[in-house]
Amino acid sequence: MLKHLDEYRDPALARQLLAEIAAVTTRPWVIMEICGGHTHAIIRHGLDLLLPPQLELVHGPGCPVCVTPVALIDKALALARRPEVIFTSFGDMLRVPGSCESLAQIRAQGGDVRPVYSPLEAVNLAARNPVRQVVFFAVGFETTAPGNAMAVQQAARLGLDNFSLLVSHVLVPPAVGALLASPGNRIQAFLAPGHVCTVEGLQDYEAMAARHRVPMVPAGFEPVDILAAILLLVRQLEAGRARVENEYRRSVRPQGNPAARQAVAQVFQVCDRTWRGLGEIPASGLRLRPEFAAFDAECKFALGEIRAEESPLCISGAILRGERKPPGCPAFGKECTPAHPLGATMVSSEGACAAYMLAKR
Amino acid sequence: MCLAVPGKVVEIFEENGLKMGHVDYAGAISRACLEYVPEIKIGDYTVVHAGFALSILDEEEAAKSFETWRELQAAAAREGVDLFGRPLGDFEDRD
Ligand code: SF4
Repeated sequence: MLKHLDEYRDPALARQLLAEIAAVTTRPWVIMEICGGHTHAIIRHGLDLLLPPQLELVHGPGCPVCVTPVALIDKALALARRPEVIFTSFGDMLRVPGSCESLAQIRAQGGDVRPVYSPLEAVNLAARNPVRQVVFFAVGFETTAPGNAMAVQQAARLGLDNFSLLVSHVLVPPAVGALLASPGNRIQAFLAPGHVCTVEGLQDYEAMAARHRVPMVPAGFEPVDILAAILLLVRQLEAGRARVENEYRRSVRPQGNPAARQAVAQVFQVCDRTWRGLGEIPASGLRLRPEFAAFDAECKFALGEIRAEESPLCISGAILRGERKPPGCPAFGKECTPAHPLGATMVSSEGACAAYMLAKR
Repeated sequence: MCLAVPGKVVEIFEENGLKMGHVDYAGAISRACLEYVPEIKIGDYTVVHAGFALSILDEEEAAKSFETWRELQAAAAREGVDLFGRPLGDFEDRD
């Protein structure tokens, strides 16, 4: 028995929660799970197929691999081609297609591209290779920003002048706001991202729940967590309430993780950011503060203007907005597969298209 | 990069001035930076993202959640039927 894991996969408990959800659901409701980790778990365990038919789960833009814009992938590719650069990245970014290539293809052609598990590994690499330039691809949501902030602080402490970040950080609340403000919005409640809330706390989510009148429940990532959170959401929807209820209390504290938030605020500042599939959203990203410009790969290397091109077949934008589902894409499972992805949502296992393929839907 | 499972801290050490640890995921051990969970102790469970521990799992809160869920389960099991009044076994067919 794995503690904090197996007990949240108990089938008997899951069945009871499903029965209770069915018992309280009297009308159709549309619930979005924001986080790619939730999408992955829901599709893998088939939870959406077990829910009452009135409940529709739509998959949100919470996969960092999926929302990183092609222009930024192209910048990463331009850096990775430079002979003096060791380009480091979380492994799941390697196969994301840019306009014409991926990092994995550049590596196959002899480029020095290395997957790392932690940005601190990239810092250590820079310390061991003083004549090379180590660039780390800093992507992700509020969950990866604290680690990337620590990497910059550590590189500064060690006096490294050969370490930099290519930053494409995104923030969840502004994206949720943009989805809710769009004229075609159908989303009535949110399964909030458990680990983003672990870092950031509940304040922003309480403000959104009140402002947009939508229930929000931060949830853990096991079937029992997700079903318990859906039950809390449906109870609120049926009763006409809209508040934050914390299902993931074992990890999410109302104030978040203060040490992590402080480090992020010291190193990064809020900026406008373009999301793949969603377009530009004001104040939805993080960039390095000017005092850390020496660690900013975009300042350090002249990258020039890059014109990015998306595959014309790919409808991942509509999927990330919750308007379409992967099987609705004509290329799904045909021209586009996990082995030959056309769009980012097919690359990462947290992407909706890959999750459907892996579950053989 | 966002899929994180809880692991147990089995060793705490310092490296280049940072608080680091080894975390056990059911036998697979990996390294994590513990700077953001300064009060963590050996034996605590933690959620690690991209090499950084982001929270210490609260055993008391976990136990409380289970109590609530178990009550739900017990209430239905006593009646021997699910909440639609069908025998409990029926749900097996849907898995
Ligand atoms: S199946 Fe492929 S082409 Fe279609 S939306 Fe998904 S990633 Fe894009």
